[in-house]
This record gives sequence, C-alpha cells and structure tokens, in this order.
Amino acid sequence: MSAAAAVPSDNILELENVQTFYGSIEALKGISIEVKHGEVVTLIGANGAGKSTTLRSINGLNHPRRGRIRFQGRDITHASPHDIVERGIAQSPEGRRLFPRMTVLENLIMGTFQRKDRNNKKAVNEDLDRVYSLFPRLSERKQQKAGTLSGGEQQMVAIGRALMAHPKLLLLDEPSMGLAPIFVDRIFEIIREINSQGTPILLVEQNALMALDVASRGYVLETGRVALADDAKKLKENEDVKKTYLGVAD
Amino acid sequence: MATEASRQPVSWFRGFYAAGVVPWVGRGLVVLLFVWLGVNLSKTPGDFGILLVEGVTLGLVYGLVALGYSLVYGILELINFAHGDVFMLGSWMSLYIGVQKLGLDASSSGFKVVWGLALTLVCAMAFCGLLNASIERVAYRPLRNAPRLAPLITAIGMSFILQDVGLKQLGSAPVSLPNILPTGTVFTIGGNKYGWDHLIVGLSALPVLALLVWLVQRTRQGRGMRATAQDQEAAAMMGINVNGTIWFTFMIAGALAGVAGLLYALYSTNIAYDQGFTLGLIAFTSAVLGGIGNLPGAVLGAILIGLIQQFNEGLSWHAPGSDWTQSIVFAILILILVFRPEGLLGERTPEGG
Repeated sequence: MSAAAAVPSDNILELENVQTFYGSIEALKGISIEVKHGEVVTLIGANGAGKSTTLRSINGLNHPRRGRIRFQGRDITHASPHDIVERGIAQSPEGRRLFPRMTVLENLIMGTFQRKDRNNKKAVNEDLDRVYSLFPRLSERKQQKAGTLSGGEQQMVAIGRALMAHPKLLLLDEPSMGLAPIFVDRIFEIIREINSQGTPILLVEQNALMALDVASRGYVLETGRVALADDAKKLKENEDVKKTYLGVAD
Repeated sequence: MATEASRQPVSWFRGFYAAGVVPWVGRGLVVLLFVWLGVNLSKTPGDFGILLVEGVTLGLVYGLVALGYSLVYGILELINFAHGDVFMLGSWMSLYIGVQKLGLDASSSGFKVVWGLALTLVCAMAFCGLLNASIERVAYRPLRNAPRLAPLITAIGMSFILQDVGLKQLGSAPVSLPNILPTGTVFTIGGNKYGWDHLIVGLSALPVLALLVWLVQRTRQGRGMRATAQDQEAAAMMGINVNGTIWFTFMIAGALAGVAGLLYALYSTNIAYDQGFTLGLIAFTSAVLGGIGNLPGAVLGAILIGLIQQFNEGLSWHAPGSDWTQSIVFAILILILVFRPEGLLGERTPEGG
C-alpha cells in the first residue's frame, strides 16, 4: 500500500515488462499489456505461449520475478492472492475449479467471501438474481452439488461465482474450453452482456475467432512474448494470425 | 487409471478377489464378531451393558483427538503424526495448571472444581492450539511444495521432540492425578458401577463436537476451511487467505486435542509421556475407519474403536484381552486401508481421497 497516490489513467490494469518463472523456466519473458476501463481485451496464442501464466501473475498465484503490475494505478506485483481479490480482480479459472462437494448456491456465495457487504442479504440476493438471469439454468440447479454438473453448467457457475465478487476487472481463462458449440455461443453472448454492464474483461482463449469477435483489442502471445498487439478487427485481418490461429486456409 | 490399477490386489490374490472370495471373508469376520458379542451378551449381560456405556464414553474422548487428524488431513492431505503428542502435552498442561498450580484434588469444593477446571480447560486449549499452529508454521508450511514424504518426516520428527518434552516434564513413569471429579455412582448395570466422573467426561465432549460442527458449517472461517480443503488455488481466487486458514485449522485441531487431554486426564486419572503414541494410533485408526477427512466419520470411528477396546479388555468369553488391544487396532487399520480405504462414511472421490 506504500505505492504513490493513484495516477489517473485510462488503464485499469497495466503489465510492464513482466517476467515470470516456473522454477527455473522463464514462462514470461517480459510482457507488457494494458486493459482500459470498460473494454474486453483478449490474449490468444498456442498452448504454452504464456496466456495462463499471465493471468497467474496478475492474480498473485505466481509472482513475477521482474517487471510491474499496476491495478487502478497501484502496484500489485507482489500482493497476495486474497489481497488482489479484495482490490477487485475476480477470476473464472481454467478448468472451472468449482468446489465439487458444495452446491451451486454455495459455490456462488463463495464468490462473495471478501466483499465488505457479504452479510447484507438483500445485496447478495440481488446479485444472485443477476447471475440467475444471465444463466437461468443455474436457478434450477441451485441445490445440486457442483461436481455433478455438466461442463457447460460448471462454466456458468465459475463465471457466476466470479461475478458474485463484484469485480472491477474480470479475468476469464479459457471459458469455452471443452464445451459443446451451443454452449460456446452462449458463453460469448454472456461475455458481451457482462461487459455491456460496464465490467472490463481480460479474456484468455484458444478459440481465437470468437475471442477477437467479442474483444476490442487483442494480444498474440508466442513463447512468453507479445508477438502482436492491435485492435481486434485488425488482428482478424492479419495474414499471420489468420493462418496460425483462425485456421483460414491459403 | 493409475490409482485404479494400484488398488487391485496382485498375483494369486487376484483370483480370490475376482471370485468374490474376499468380501465373503470380510462378511464372515463381521458375522463371527457379532456371534462373539451375542454369546457374551447372553452369558454376562451386566458386563456387556457397562462396557457398552464405557466404550461410548471413551470413544467420545478418542473422537476429539481423531477429529484433529481428520481436520488436518482434510485440508492438507497430511497425517500430522505429532498430533497425539500435542494431546499428551494437553494432559500435561491440565496436570500443571489444574493440580500443581490451582491445587484441585478430591477434597476441593464443588465451586472451586468448576471454575478451576474451566480455567484449566481454557489453558489446555490455548496451549495446544498455539502449539499445533506453531508446528504447522515451523515444520509444515516451509515444505508446502516439497514432495509428500518431506512433511511426513518432519511430522514424525516433531512427534519425537514433543515426546521428549513430555518425558522431561512428566518423567518416565506414569503420573497419577487425584479424583477431581465426583466418583459417586450414577447407575449400576448388573452390579457394575458407572461413575459421575465418566458421565461428566462423556457429556463434556458433546458441546465441543456441536461447536465444531457449527464452526465448520455455519461460520465464514468454516466456509474458508471447506473451500481450502476442496481446492486451495480456487479458494485463493475467492479471496480466502489460504495460509491463514490452514493455520487456523491447526489451531482448532490443537484446541480439540487440549480438550481431549484434560478429559482423558480426568477419565483415567493417569497420564504418561507416551500416551500420545498409543492414543494417537487409536485416534488415527478411528479417523481412517470413519473415512479420513470426514468429520462425522471420525467420531463414529472413534466410538466404534472405543467399544472394540472396551469389549476386548472387559468381556470374559474368549476375549483376547488388553495385551492384544494394540494389535487389534493395527489389524483394523490394515484391513480398512486394504479393503475400504475410503472408510465407513468417506466417499470414493475421483482424486482418490
């Protein structure tokens, strides 16, 4: 908290030359990324390019060895994960990571764990209603154990749980992975809807086409570096991106 | 697939297993056990009755210790081998505060006994809670990302260290305590007396168990514990202070061992530096029998083990006797681990827990 007073800026999140290691392996070799207020930014790239590591550097699970991460102008490079959540960054992790032996409702309530108004029943219920209106299916499954849900339903709970935290910034890690096409479309609609209500989103996706459709800007990661950074529309037109990530034949 | 394969018995054994022989052997053993109990019941119903009541009483005390193993295993998948010795030091602390400092004995007035024991209880709980949490901080947390064997070895090391502390404080011979609780008779079954001291010990365990259920199921800390037990990283992403929650869990487990240490000292009026090893084994077996990590299971397992011990040591028709108690407890542990590793109430989870 000793950081200097917050500098007014368009950026809610800034990564500056971040280098993160797994043991002795340098997974991020100096990455600089920005997320502005209200926008959807996507990180695309192959397996092992460093997309998830970038998110783990932001959420405090893998602290960078060098570089800086600023959230709302304050340095969070070495903050602990629970502190970072408290500052307003919530995440729907890769592989959903629900609490399998808790019910859907209990999982959603876990999202409110660090909120100051977590004991305000009315506020919590309003947020639950908001999640249920985004995912009507979840209100039918409230009392079901999360471990017994289908993949698509689990993804809904994971996103809903992150929303219950009232995030100022939402991190979504591979939300479409392993889902049936009909669910994939629905998830991307939801991402648009959440963003239109004002929450900025940093989206990590293997489904680059869908991700670039929903995002305003994108970063292409390759082996721990930013290979390309541009408007999402321009990235979609880029020949290299087309060939490598969008599966467009020559 | 790997865990599935490792569960399969090997070689010649597989033939029996496949033919369904093993479950029938198991069922046969259970039938024999009930026949043995039935014959004893008809021969000496009075003895059987009192042993039943005493077994439940003792089982409740074991349950408090077993819960400590289960709580810690549930959250870290670590067997805290030092736990039995934390319990032993709880008994020592009860002796030190209750008898040596406050001077409680058989002639103390009822009023003095009540506040004296209340104060002793608070001291034993605080001491054991802090001790257990410090062990976590010193011996387990630095090894959080080390191979699973490493914290197991430090756990055994901590157990020896605590035992030596107990040896220094208590000496090598068992130490007797005065009868602080009233020893009058509550009721008799077939001429066998059940004393007030045992009833008070048994009943004291109940509110502690209720408090624990409330803590785990209803409070914010409890939700943090359950979330951390199910997925540490996901818990951190919810804003839960994972290290703090683990520390708190050790604190609670230690406090339970402190309660058990006092109750056991009052129950047996005899404590020894190595009681943590013997009773730790019994409590650990209880936790495994009930399904390690499962809290109601730990209490159920402890009551069953308490009954088995009492029946074994007290029944007259073909009972192996107290010399065999440890062997029987170990045999149960081995049988459970081989044939039903998830215990009586545990679930077979995909992760193999």
